[in-house]
Amino acid sequence: MRYSALRLLREALRGNRGWERAWRDPEPQPEYDIVIIGGGGHGLATAHYLASRYGQARVAVLEKGWIGSGNVGRNTTIIRSNYLLDGNQPFYEFSLRLWEGLEQDLNYNAMVSQRGVLNLCHSDAQRDAFVRRGNAMKLHGADAELLDTEAVRAMYPWLNFDNARFPIRGGLLQRRGGTVRHDAVAWGYARAADSRGVDIIQNCEVTGLRIADGRVTGVDTSRGVIGAGKVGVAVAGNSSRVMAMAGLRLPIESHVLQAFVTEGLKPLIDGVITFGAGHFYVSQSDKGGLVFGGDIDGYNSYAQRGNLPVVEDVVESGMALMPAIGRARLLRMWGGVMDMSMDGSPIIDRTPVDGLYFNGGWCYGGFKATPASGMAFAHLLATDTPHPTAAAYRLDRFRHGRMIDEKGMGAQPNLH
Amino acid sequence: MIIPHPLLGPRDAQEFTYMGDAALIDRPDGMAEGAAEAFDTYLHARDNPAGLHRELWYHEAGDRSWLVVTRDTRTHEITQVELARDVARARGRSQ
Repeated sequence: MRYSALRLLREALRGNRGWERAWRDPEPQPEYDIVIIGGGGHGLATAHYLASRYGQARVAVLEKGWIGSGNVGRNTTIIRSNYLLDGNQPFYEFSLRLWEGLEQDLNYNAMVSQRGVLNLCHSDAQRDAFVRRGNAMKLHGADAELLDTEAVRAMYPWLNFDNARFPIRGGLLQRRGGTVRHDAVAWGYARAADSRGVDIIQNCEVTGLRIADGRVTGVDTSRGVIGAGKVGVAVAGNSSRVMAMAGLRLPIESHVLQAFVTEGLKPLIDGVITFGAGHFYVSQSDKGGLVFGGDIDGYNSYAQRGNLPVVEDVVESGMALMPAIGRARLLRMWGGVMDMSMDGSPIIDRTPVDGLYFNGGWCYGGFKATPASGMAFAHLLATDTPHPTAAAYRLDRFRHGRMIDEKGMGAQPNLH
Repeated sequence: MIIPHPLLGPRDAQEFTYMGDAALIDRPDGMAEGAAEAFDTYLHARDNPAGLHRELWYHEAGDRSWLVVTRDTRTHEITQVELARDVARARGRSQ
């Protein structure tokens, strides 16, 4: 069924009785050409692009819970391409371009809203760094604007400009950045992939990888054995656990990142703002809640909840930037499990096991990458060659010293 | 999180700095055969278990001792805390 304004009108007049379910609930077949482990944003996007761009029809996505129950439903929904390094910037700009055409491609309203992402700077040195970053972005075809204090004041007059320690000196604005309805991304990709024949199999946990003579032949699951010509793993958060089934140790630690939503407020923030002196990013949802987050807790964790000291740290940053939120009550907070890689950048690559491909290490920046990650992983799965924008995301780059260390922290995952 | 320090009793985890897997105590010999591969594995590869994890915490805002904490990464429950010095000596380091 194709969604359109005409369909909406027709269903409104007929009591909404004609809507069909958005994707099937098939039994797993004995064998597929390509099995994707992980029904999150990246896995579903991979399936969609495999089916729509690379002509692969016999594809299954296996999800241990329900689709979109992991990090695609746990993030702060921000999209942007304001990266500095060569290995990153073209990939994230490619992703932003795919976001711009996503809803037409999927025939699904994902509420892509290019409301602008503003990074604030608080010192001359930080402004110099933003000039460099903005120029790097423009050289790769992205948009960037350097704002002075007055231009920031015109956008958000209620920010704390005269903070004694962190006065606002300006900002780097990417107008094409913004937010997306995160659940709708999972649903939209699922619906589009399903309509092209991809089997989305929920409540199907992979319990083992079948490997014979160094080549993957299938997966053991809670719903039986499923044969596979190729297996793609896109389970960020649990990458180490799944890849351990193939005997591989990854350059990844799992850490917990918390996010927060306040009660609904009147319209206050029409874009995304990030604090440059601490780690704090905030936007306002269409329902009015302020959605914000900060740093990871900083220790290995698979618990989808964090501890209070980080809550305090995040909220302190928020209060330093925008004291006006002091009386707003927090409604919800939650944690997601992040694949923190050794250099803070992701991995999309083949593995030492033939037919086994890996997509992970997204740290806490995976949501914005969803379309490009799906396209690059589909390209790799279908052609056995890396997508041009993701060629740097190799599994063996650490051994060869080809880090993509956007933050310059070295092999210390809890600092990225 | 409260870490029961073997010498100082229960201490807030905020007083500590986290360094990751306690396997980092076993630093490879830089002069040995295959040292480059050994250091690549040492620096970059991690077990990253969901469950009991032995990890290094440094009591930076306290007595500056290094601890080996055994903690469940699914629940954050701490089951054992040792001085890293004792663990390293038991493995034959710094005799």
